[in-house]
Amino acid sequence: MLSYLIRRLILVLPVAFGVSVICFLLVQIAPGDPLTAIMPIDATAEEQAAMRAAYGLDKPLPIQYAVWIGNLVQGDMGKSIASGRPVATEVFGAVKNSLLLAASAAVIAFPIGVFLGFLAGYFQESWVDRCVTALSITGVSVPNYWLGIVLVIIFSVNLGWLPSMGAGPGGSGAWEWDWLHVRHLVLPAVTLAVVPIGIVSRTVRALSGDILTQDFVQALYAKGMSRVDVLRHVARNAAATALSVMGLQLGYLLGGSILIETVFNWPGSGFLLSNAIFQRDLPLLQGTILVLALFFVAMNLIVDVVQAAIDPRIQRT
Amino acid sequence: MALAETSPVAPVQKPQGYWAGVGARLVRDPLTMICLGVVLLLILSAVFAPYLGLPDPYKGSMIARLKPLGTPGHILGTDEQGRDMFARLIYGGRLTLFIGLSPVVLAFFIGGVLGIVAGYVGGFVNTVIMRTVDVFFAFPSVLLAIAISGALGAGIVNSLVSLTIVFIPPIARVAEAVTSGVRALDYIDAARATGASALTVIRVHVIGNVLSPIFVYATSLTSVCMILAAGLSFLGIGVRPPEPEWGLMLNTLRSAIYVNPWLSALPGVMIFVTSLCLNLLSDGLRSAMNVRD
Repeated sequence: MLSYLIRRLILVLPVAFGVSVICFLLVQIAPGDPLTAIMPIDATAEEQAAMRAAYGLDKPLPIQYAVWIGNLVQGDMGKSIASGRPVATEVFGAVKNSLLLAASAAVIAFPIGVFLGFLAGYFQESWVDRCVTALSITGVSVPNYWLGIVLVIIFSVNLGWLPSMGAGPGGSGAWEWDWLHVRHLVLPAVTLAVVPIGIVSRTVRALSGDILTQDFVQALYAKGMSRVDVLRHVARNAAATALSVMGLQLGYLLGGSILIETVFNWPGSGFLLSNAIFQRDLPLLQGTILVLALFFVAMNLIVDVVQAAIDPRIQRT
Repeated sequence: MALAETSPVAPVQKPQGYWAGVGARLVRDPLTMICLGVVLLLILSAVFAPYLGLPDPYKGSMIARLKPLGTPGHILGTDEQGRDMFARLIYGGRLTLFIGLSPVVLAFFIGGVLGIVAGYVGGFVNTVIMRTVDVFFAFPSVLLAIAISGALGAGIVNSLVSLTIVFIPPIARVAEAVTSGVRALDYIDAARATGASALTVIRVHVIGNVLSPIFVYATSLTSVCMILAAGLSFLGIGVRPPEPEWGLMLNTLRSAIYVNPWLSALPGVMIFVTSLCLNLLSDGLRSAMNVRD
């Protein structure tokens, strides 16, 4: 296990390096001179050159990258152009809210997805199976930002049951676990849960259907094991793959919540990102993307390690 | 020769080709054919929109704003600037389908070539290509599309570029996997032993055997690409107003959800129906082409 862990950790380093390079290059592909955002229009050529030197923008790209990554490992991701506050502060505040939203969506989606998928796998080719399959293909096909709008129309505009905007009364940022705040979480979390419900139920259906037709299931029944105990064996066999799919989905939820956060004005990383884009706040854009991508890399790592811990077959390969 | 004369005469039958078989299986699959029909209808109505006698999708009217569904002269009502919704939805298919489908086509060619080369050549070339692909896999696709589009700014070309970049890595990964599988088979060694050059082996023996799985995989990405393309416009970093585009229309109509809620949800219905049909079509193709994932 330890050697697997070390091997897997070493594999992460080049990926993390690549991610940082892409985030660094994002600012380079942006059209326009980064200086125009901060310099007055009538600045002379000398003033511009001085500013360029002050920001290190006159150096070759690899040097600029080295300086950037050097600051990064010390926790300095630069300052937001729009607010003037450190990017790190802004990003981590927002990521906290996104994590809350993504985790809530996962709590809704995973049990439902697993249950439906298992039901469909167990009763394969029956009407239950057909219903679940139809449901899951609808789930993966629906543009969730549109579904969010539809839910707002039903539950906020028509019924008036739930709020449609923000993460608390008066748009306050401070989260608390009371109904005043939680009711703001309901619609975005449910909206976000729909796609993973589709994907998880699809995976679990294929997985459990596959395992149920294997010989060992017949053998367990033949030796007189009860149905519940046989299903326990099936679940154990499916657990590693199912968990890895769910882990990846959690990562996708965090990175993919951008559109949903925009629909519901949820003060998370996606909201921050879209503000950064419209204010051409490139350091903030860069920092947000970097943190979200690195979180996704970490999630992948955790998934692999947990999978190896559950399923002894993996470590041998 | 004697054997041929004594054996009973079998009716001469041309063996059915692979594609004929796929076609026959597709035609017998009603759901897939319906979805194919819907997608074709959407594409054709978008292409021939100017000839359908629709009202001008750009011409607004201050007094006829946000008319409800079923208004005489505006069967699906009007949008927040008084423009005819039905015309805008049909015209909207032009940009939405174009930006939603062409990145997958581009990525199919670029990613396919990269993956086949990586899988066939192996070694150092494989390492360079596939490790680069791994890095892009560290980004959830939505995040990568928004990051690149956000940095490049709004615009049709920028959306196409960012979505193509998003879909090259997954296609390249699938292409590499199936190609290295085929590469290990004996007939490839046999072809190489006869002195065929790498290019000839790839062209004659590899392409035909790896194309179906890569193609089916690419079709399964079209639905996601559609949703993402419209999503970029919805965020305001895709198509610019006043062009009709489903995602953008969904965005501009959001301000109207308290006035005329169901009207504002219409563009999303178009995105949903298209993406659902694309998904079902891809599933149908997968089973008709006997591709296992």
